[in-house]
Amino acid sequence: MKHEFECVIVGSGGAGLYSALETSAGAKTAVLSKLYPVRSHTGAAQGGISAALGNREEDKPEWHAFDTVKGGDYLVDQQAAMILAQDAIQAIYDLENRGLPFSRTTDGKIDQRRFGGHTKAFGQGPVRRACYAADRTGHMILQTLYQQCIKNKVVFFDEFQVIDVILEAKTCKGVIAIELATGELHTFAAKSVLFATGGFGRIFKITSNAFANTGDGPAVLARKGIPLQDMEFFQFHPTGIKGLGILITEAVRGEGGILRNNAGERFMEQYAPTLLDLAPRDMVSRAIMTEIAAGRGMRGDKKIDDYVNLDATHLAKGVLEAKLPDITDFCKTYLGIDPNNTPIPVLPTAHYAMGGIPTDLHGRVVVDEKGSIIEGLYAAGECACVSVHGANRLGTNSLLDLVVFGRRAGIHIGEYVKTIDFPAIPSDAAADAQTWIDRLTDGKTGPHGGHMAEEMQTVMMENIGVYRNETGMALAVKTIQNLRDRYGDVRVQDFSKPFNTDLLELIELKNMLDLALITGVSSLYRKESRGAHSRQDFPDRDDDNWLKHTLATLKGDHVNLAYKPVDTSIWEPKPRAY
Amino acid sequence: MKIILKIERFNPETDTESRFQEYTVEVAPTDRLLDALITIKQFQDGTLGFRKSCAHGVCGSDAMRINGKDRLACKTLVKEVADADGDVVEIKPLRHLPVQRDLIVDQTVFFDKYKSIQPFLINDEPVPAKERIQSQEERMKFDDTTNCILCASCYSACPIFDKNKNFLGPAALSQGYRFIADSRDKGFENRLPELDRPDGVWACQNHFKCTEACPRWIKITKRINQTKKMIQNHRKRKGESINDGTTD
Repeated sequence: MKHEFECVIVGSGGAGLYSALETSAGAKTAVLSKLYPVRSHTGAAQGGISAALGNREEDKPEWHAFDTVKGGDYLVDQQAAMILAQDAIQAIYDLENRGLPFSRTTDGKIDQRRFGGHTKAFGQGPVRRACYAADRTGHMILQTLYQQCIKNKVVFFDEFQVIDVILEAKTCKGVIAIELATGELHTFAAKSVLFATGGFGRIFKITSNAFANTGDGPAVLARKGIPLQDMEFFQFHPTGIKGLGILITEAVRGEGGILRNNAGERFMEQYAPTLLDLAPRDMVSRAIMTEIAAGRGMRGDKKIDDYVNLDATHLAKGVLEAKLPDITDFCKTYLGIDPNNTPIPVLPTAHYAMGGIPTDLHGRVVVDEKGSIIEGLYAAGECACVSVHGANRLGTNSLLDLVVFGRRAGIHIGEYVKTIDFPAIPSDAAADAQTWIDRLTDGKTGPHGGHMAEEMQTVMMENIGVYRNETGMALAVKTIQNLRDRYGDVRVQDFSKPFNTDLLELIELKNMLDLALITGVSSLYRKESRGAHSRQDFPDRDDDNWLKHTLATLKGDHVNLAYKPVDTSIWEPKPRAY
Repeated sequence: MKIILKIERFNPETDTESRFQEYTVEVAPTDRLLDALITIKQFQDGTLGFRKSCAHGVCGSDAMRINGKDRLACKTLVKEVADADGDVVEIKPLRHLPVQRDLIVDQTVFFDKYKSIQPFLINDEPVPAKERIQSQEERMKFDDTTNCILCASCYSACPIFDKNKNFLGPAALSQGYRFIADSRDKGFENRLPELDRPDGVWACQNHFKCTEACPRWIKITKRINQTKKMIQNHRKRKGESINDGTTD
């Protein structure tokens, strides 16, 4: 089936929905979502969304921008960070005015709490900057934006999986998607396409990410020769539930929770004497793995699945119930413990891609170091890389990124589509997608994807994790290349059309394998330690050689690497201590 | 331990009616039931159809009937539904919604009913320069209802649908309350025609099955009763009668 829209948005999380609110005001817009929109992973974000409102204590956007830059280990583009921090304030008020039920101060304003890496006066100590709605801030953002889309009668295509993008002559002309309910391929001709497909934590074994987070947008574009930026920087959140990876929000530490080793010591005193447990995530994750490697994990056996404790037992009575009810419930459901009485066993969990589809400040996809764009092609949210997160994202800045840059992209698209006519798309636009699906469903017997997915996730977790080295990363790259070869033989077991989730998972597997390869190669060739990319064989940051963004282009079995400069126009890079 | 999942299956391409299929699967008592389903799909039978996403009870994808109760598969541990080797766990799709494939139901009607109560803040007053002021006490009046993940467990659990498929249902009604109880919202009269009718709040007969099923601890039945009270008070103030379908 063929459709025609002025704007097609792929993905219905925070970035996609915010963009849709802007574009649908003036342009005929369709939102494609692989899930029902309210199931998107924005809804799993817990702790908060930062803005220098100053409702609890003095705060300034400049401080927020600086924290973002320093938190990102100076790989952040600094003017972009300033825009993020400045636009944040109105973005929060807009969300509140649209109905978001923020938690409140005693005088009825939006309440704010502490979060990792957010400081006053350029590092003088923690600041209350994170606006929140209990510990379901992302859920409330997703709900509020979806509700506004209902109000504005935005057109949704629920449970449509994107397969391909139509690019011709440096112009984006639409996308190809499969309707899960029927198995039918749909061609969406469009003046503009925004990818807002979220993250791809599912390339790792232990992750806080949803099953849907398979990087569909970046993978589709990578296969069309669009470079992906800074893919070596993947955040491991320090506090996932041991073994499961379910996120325990940083807000537990923001409210006073403390990480302890097997001697009961507050070990962050050794690693970040000023911010302690509220140091940025990359530093806390490394501290945990260092403690475990030294035999100070709770079991003390130095094994990779040993863990540390997140202690919230000393918090004032009622804090957990009132401000962190979901966390309390997760602990009771999955661990059988009450965090009021028992510390939570935690380990780092694969959480967030700092890298992704390179964009400018309006969400336009930028394909080289000269700033060349593809007309009509946009990206926003976790799948994009502006870059406001650099080498390590600060907590709460992901939700902020969605609303600030989702909105900016939506506004730009609204103007852009007025200036052009509908594109003529080739009659065989869906041919590549059809060939792929035909091959997976041709009736031949081949290996099933389940084992391959598990192999990918294990090798990525073990070798492209919190700490990395040449040998491990080379092994991971080789393994992924081998899996990509073997993918040529995989076949479905399910030959039905309606809700063929077997086929869906094989499509997702291909996306993940491509992104795993790009992540692995980008990591292997960055010979320094910066932010979340921490190498045992190159332990120091090397600004002379590596203060630059990676641009990784998929070429068949290989990945070509190029680099582009970082915007350091406001603050000179300095050693990073907290 | 090894348990048996007895799963109700239906493929519209090949089946005229549903059938049960049994799978034996190795699990730990602390595994999620969703983990068991994934193990089957990944390593035994790729044709099994079910929805999943967040896997920790916040996205609402995997609501289904497990041993006769409407629950999220990712928030149900094996040990809650099976004690020993060989125990059978029966899994069926949600009720009151058309089955599309195996455990996947069509939620269009469910979402249409949700949309019908205008689930968005209605307030045409000029937008303030900053936030609208709301006390924490005012906010807490509807706090639990903002937990809703629209998983449709309550919709499946509600016995009213057995006789009246046009009932708006627990989720839509509790989300109606979420807005009319919000001190910032001015849309009570906009929503009144949808809420105050025989298929609206008045169809609820306080079975409390929705409240029992809700994986997000929403006091759904109570919120529906509070909505009834708000409508009664509003009509009384205006000297009107409520529209519950009965005739005086």
